[in-house]
Amino acid sequence: MIRLEFDCSLRYTSGFTLDAVFSTRTSVTVLSGPSGSGKTTILSILAGLLRPDRGRIRLDSTVLFDADRGIHLPPEARRIGYVFQDYLLFPHLSVRRNLLYGWRRRPTDAQPPALERVVEILELSDLLHRFPATLSGGQRQRIALGRALLCGPRLLLLDEPLASVDEPLRERVLGYIEQVQHEWDIPTLYVTHNTGEAERLARQTLFLQSGRVVGVEPANDKGDPAQ
Amino acid sequence: MDARFLGLAGEDWRAIAFSAGVSAAAVLASLPFGVAFGWLLARRSFVGKALVETLLNLPLVLPPVVTGYGLLLLLGRRGWLGGYLFDLFGIEIAFTWTAAALAGAVMGFPLLVRSVRVAFAGVDPRFAQAARSLGARPLDAFWTVSLPLARPGVLAGVVLAFARSLGEFGATLLFAGSQPGRRTLAVQLYLLYEQPGEEAERRLWRLAAGAIVLSCAALAASEYLERRGARRDSS
Repeated sequence: MIRLEFDCSLRYTSGFTLDAVFSTRTSVTVLSGPSGSGKTTILSILAGLLRPDRGRIRLDSTVLFDADRGIHLPPEARRIGYVFQDYLLFPHLSVRRNLLYGWRRRPTDAQPPALERVVEILELSDLLHRFPATLSGGQRQRIALGRALLCGPRLLLLDEPLASVDEPLRERVLGYIEQVQHEWDIPTLYVTHNTGEAERLARQTLFLQSGRVVGVEPANDKGDPAQ
Repeated sequence: MDARFLGLAGEDWRAIAFSAGVSAAAVLASLPFGVAFGWLLARRSFVGKALVETLLNLPLVLPPVVTGYGLLLLLGRRGWLGGYLFDLFGIEIAFTWTAAALAGAVMGFPLLVRSVRVAFAGVDPRFAQAARSLGARPLDAFWTVSLPLARPGVLAGVVLAFARSLGEFGATLLFAGSQPGRRTLAVQLYLLYEQPGEEAERRLWRLAAGAIVLSCAALAASEYLERRGARRDSS
């Protein structure tokens, strides 16, 4: 199990300030809070797309960011799989080439899952030669998840995976995420504004409000039964 | 000059070919710079951005003759830069094939940069971020994601700059001259206009028609490329 320690603050010009401290070592951590509470900001900081003003982030023994020591690993060196809320599939590439984008660029020490297995679990085999513009939201989401998995991530970030999925499909999406967990067991940070949405996945839930972590459930020391 | 094809004399065809070759070279040579400036203006803010924009657009609003004269002052054999080039390396630019290409490049550059800039502005920068998070270095993400997504607009800019360069007259005449064999389409048109006789007038008409056909084709190509880009974005 991997340990993530996060202690960062970032002030936007708009006045919103993120000042969040948490650490987690569970398989699935749910980050829950109302819109504008800083959830996506935390994901962007973790992925290296935003640089905090202050603080440090550690993923196991790797320092991803340390303001005092001037360390800021670029996104491509972090090996963090980010599934964006709007997926951001590359519109000019086929599904297959989207899936393999990160796989082709994996570092030598990464051990990403096999394409065939990802395609099988996420049921993508009929879509490989199509282009993102011709696919439904649910299909795009599975491809985005597969693409992130195939870069061999040490941490998976899921930004509101159910937000743009219709009610009848939600159960299926959670099922896919569960299966991915079961198959590859990649530590996952799951962001949602809807408390309770990912209850059955969550080993730990962090509650966020106005840029601060205001609650942890269950509390850290008895967090993961496996520990 | 007896051989005629479509009623145009050999030197008319040579002017068309010269213009096409010079314009193609002009656009190809300026494309990397056009992409760099277009990207910079679309994606980055920096000190002096407004000044850079103004300078880039200057050839669009200046009388082309002034631009040509400026090029001559800069790169002529006695020019600020041209003097050094000639003294140190024996390179002469003014009144050569290169001069015609350079004049065309300078005149077409604002149109190229404008199209490229609009193209990059229309691409969500988060696509490049997604590429980065998947392990692509910045340049890699640019080549494999940002640039391909901006391609329709970039190509449209290439066509526009090519067309602008093809019709260039004032700057070319001052900087590249009008010697036979180094006449652009527009210069040849002007010289035919100055020639007396019905034959010259017929050639003038036909050459003008040729210019119209070429320009329309370039515009249609640019329009087509832009629409193709727009269609993909909306689907």
